[in-house]
Amino acid sequence: MGIEKFIFYIFSVLLIASASMVITVRNPVKAALFLVLAFFASAVLWLLIKAEFLAIVLVLVYVGAVMVLFLFVVMMLDINIERMRAGFIRYLPLGILVALTMAGMLIWVVSGDGSAFNHSVLHGPSYSNTQALGLVLYTNYVYPFEIAAVILLVAIIAAITLTLRRRPNTKHQKPAEQIAVKRHDRVRMVKMKAEERK
Amino acid sequence: MIEWITSLLSFLPSGWVTVIIILIKIVVIVLPLMLAVAYLTYAERKIIGAMQVRLGPTRVGWNGSLQPIADALKLMFKEIIIPAKASKFLFLLAPLLLIGPALAAWAVIPFDAQMVLANVNAGLLYVLAITSIGVYGVIIAGWASNSKYALLGAMRSAAQIVSYEIAMGFALVGVLMAAGSLNFGDIVRGQEGYGFVSWYMWPLLPLFVIYFISGVAETNRAPFDMAEGESEIVAGFHVEYSGMPFAVFFLAEYANMILISALASVMFLGGWLSPLAGLLPDSVFEIPLLGPLLGSGIHWFFIKIAVFLFFFLWFRATFPRYRYDQIMRLGWKVFIPITIVWLLVLGIAILAGLPPWFSAA
Amino acid sequence: MNFEMPNFLLALPEIFVLGMACLLLLIDLFLKDQDRHLTYLFSLFTLVLVAVLTVYGYSGERQISFNGAYVADGMSQVLKLGVYFAVFVVFVYAKDYLRDRGIFKGEFYLLGLFGMLGMMIMISAHSLLTLYLGLELLSLSMYAMVAMQRDSARASEAAMKYFVLGAIASGMLLYGMSMIYGATGTLDLSGIASQAATADKTLMAFGLVFLLVGVAFKLGAVPFHMWLPDVYEGAPTAVTLYIGSAPKIAAFALLARLLGDGLINLHDQWQGILIILAVLSMAVGNIVAIAQTNLKRMLAYSTISHAGFLLLGILTGTRSGFSSSMFYALSYVLMALGGFGMIMLISRKGFEGDKLDDFKGLNKRSPWYAFMMLILMFSMAGVPPFLGFWAKLSVLEEVVASGMIWLAVVGVVFSIIGVFYYLRIIKLMYFDEPASEEELECSADMRLMISANALMVLGIGLFPGALMAACAAAFSTT
Repeated sequence: MGIEKFIFYIFSVLLIASASMVITVRNPVKAALFLVLAFFASAVLWLLIKAEFLAIVLVLVYVGAVMVLFLFVVMMLDINIERMRAGFIRYLPLGILVALTMAGMLIWVVSGDGSAFNHSVLHGPSYSNTQALGLVLYTNYVYPFEIAAVILLVAIIAAITLTLRRRPNTKHQKPAEQIAVKRHDRVRMVKMKAEERK
Repeated sequence: MIEWITSLLSFLPSGWVTVIIILIKIVVIVLPLMLAVAYLTYAERKIIGAMQVRLGPTRVGWNGSLQPIADALKLMFKEIIIPAKASKFLFLLAPLLLIGPALAAWAVIPFDAQMVLANVNAGLLYVLAITSIGVYGVIIAGWASNSKYALLGAMRSAAQIVSYEIAMGFALVGVLMAAGSLNFGDIVRGQEGYGFVSWYMWPLLPLFVIYFISGVAETNRAPFDMAEGESEIVAGFHVEYSGMPFAVFFLAEYANMILISALASVMFLGGWLSPLAGLLPDSVFEIPLLGPLLGSGIHWFFIKIAVFLFFFLWFRATFPRYRYDQIMRLGWKVFIPITIVWLLVLGIAILAGLPPWFSAA
Repeated sequence: MNFEMPNFLLALPEIFVLGMACLLLLIDLFLKDQDRHLTYLFSLFTLVLVAVLTVYGYSGERQISFNGAYVADGMSQVLKLGVYFAVFVVFVYAKDYLRDRGIFKGEFYLLGLFGMLGMMIMISAHSLLTLYLGLELLSLSMYAMVAMQRDSARASEAAMKYFVLGAIASGMLLYGMSMIYGATGTLDLSGIASQAATADKTLMAFGLVFLLVGVAFKLGAVPFHMWLPDVYEGAPTAVTLYIGSAPKIAAFALLARLLGDGLINLHDQWQGILIILAVLSMAVGNIVAIAQTNLKRMLAYSTISHAGFLLLGILTGTRSGFSSSMFYALSYVLMALGGFGMIMLISRKGFEGDKLDDFKGLNKRSPWYAFMMLILMFSMAGVPPFLGFWAKLSVLEEVVASGMIWLAVVGVVFSIIGVFYYLRIIKLMYFDEPASEEELECSADMRLMISANALMVLGIGLFPGALMAACAAAFSTT
């Protein structure tokens, strides 16, 4: 068995196992951690098909930023697992139906004559995915790319609008003012005559 | 050397030989690194001692030089205590998650023009991605300990690391713009020319400073050591750790310091390049003994790392700890705007072909 | 790599709005609360300028730029001008209302402008990608606007519902788009149109269904309408006004681009779905509206029924059908602006005039505004000679012309049922005793605007030719 196949099987098993753990494990923090593991395993699979940019960005964005914040929130929540599981049996048939449909569609797509999949071109080691993506992104797709940037800007504005509360009566520290303070702002020298003791 | 190993292992399929050679290379990088970590702790105690007019360790070995070895032995033989109701597996996994990325990032760092484990085109991104995983070690340690101080420390640290990662990422974007490449080897070669004048630290000065300060914050070192904060939350996320797991946390912190220093020197100070190459006449570098010393080589890389490490220690001896809101303010309201503005300035400089850094482009 | 420098000038209105919105973001940061009206004036100024840019920047022919992502044609020009007008009116109406409720913040205008940018992008989209991104930009702005009144539990609940259902709808839409992309191999709408004949039929049908479900969610067509009344009622009226007006034009554009430009060859397949959506919308909207006591809720159901009528024109699949729907969308927006504007007119600090009973005896309090409301309600009901009549007439004409007489009859029946609840308001205004004798208090620009708005409904109703011609011309170029 070639080393690539070996790595592929190890990480695909890891991916499937951790993905199923995400939905079966009882503790939400552990579920989030398994999700991280799943992201990691899929990043490795992407590396195997030489999509290094996507793999690295998956780790950088999802593992490094999104899931950290997610964990941050989950760790502070007090989730009652029993209550969440209450409707499990009731929703099970529906869930199985959806899962079977998805599986059926996947099998339908994959078991075709494969004509949809023979477009991939293998490039040599000097080919840079990152550069190729960048070139397309900033030329042909510059308009959608800029709109996506505007959407993120709106998301920032929206988040700040909904959360920022100006509280004028709290005591803030203003380091710039603190540093700019001069002696005469704080201390006043007063000349006075010594008082005689009576 | 490599040919010799290949011939020795010729009975194996070729794929496996590559794996074994890579493993050997990893050992060659990691072992000295661990030794460096050990002696960094010694240097820290000696240097801070000197700054505070004390002696530091003196008893074990000549001037205390065997102290780190003694410390390591002590920690190895201590009992590993796992708190009641702690999540055992995660509790033990956390230190490994912290040290793993600190070591893995070395894969793409070039020690010399040829000496690099993996000459990856997206090296810069790889480092950014790998170092961002380290935060899980801290979070998991805090959560798995089942202790409120540990959890508080983990929360602080997670927020801090995520915040500073943004400024750090922007600083790296500056490097990427200047070099036009994500490959560390190419980044260093982009700084060749007029010795230290050609280093990226000059056109990227604000980014350089921000990168290094963010690096200090990322490693949770003083004055950003809020995650530990011994005076407020005892020792933060690793309060419940003892013995070898604690030692691994310690190793990870120092390994991260070395990593940040190495990255800073590669990206801003020209890595293995000599500060004099290109400034002195070529004949100087042909003088026996002195010439190779003055010329580019791995020793310059180590000297640069040492300088940065000295800064780390110096900060710790000098600055009082930041308060939490001050850290957030600095990261979000000072660093991020500065980096964004400087990226704009940099873009203009690159377009204008500002010599000597961007004249070729 | 073959790359052609895009014609940036074509997208000048979008670029201008983005630039001005960013500028406003910076300016607003440094304004004190008492100077906030500068933000308001700046936004209005932006709208006027962009209208000028749009009119003068258009060469009169269909042009495509940005590697097929952007199109400027007759339809985009007319619809954009309609959107600018609607947003302008919304901004004017909203000022007093927001100020009275302590949410007179720059963010309303900012998000309003960004939402408008999203609508412009949708209107000028020529690829699935831009269509989706424009829709998301619009939706995101609207979610935030609904939630803006943070202390109101109802607004938060409405925002939550809107967000969750909107996200599901976006997911559906995206899923459908990905299938169509998979089947045709292109995101470009004209590319899809030319590939549709040879593409995998099953995959296209699946994609089409998901696409239409997503669009129906966004449009609020039955059976995907459940969010609409709650959101309309829960949101601050100023925001209801925004989400109930201009985005309808954008929704029409979404349908026209997707079905008209991209999937016109699948007309046989989507016609049936649209017929079901249209009939259900007209039925549920008009019948449930009768039971409402809250005017905002009633108008929400009326929106649903109007969405049904909008679909009637589109489902014919002809150019004149699309242009009649476009006329319908523009007329509806004009009437909706007036309708929600009246609620804001009789609202004041600490009092929401959104109950039907609040309109009791309006004639005694202010005959002029009661008359304005009369015009608006008659128009919505489709009574001649008001604008709404011509809108309904033109759509029904198209349906008859394409041979679906039964559908036209259904439309007429439901619109007659609808007349009942519009007339009820007129009865309340003219024949009931007022609950309070208080004077209506509002600023001059609001009075002027709402009178102009209602009179426009009357005026265009009397002379509908110009607008109809513009709509017809918009579709003659494509």
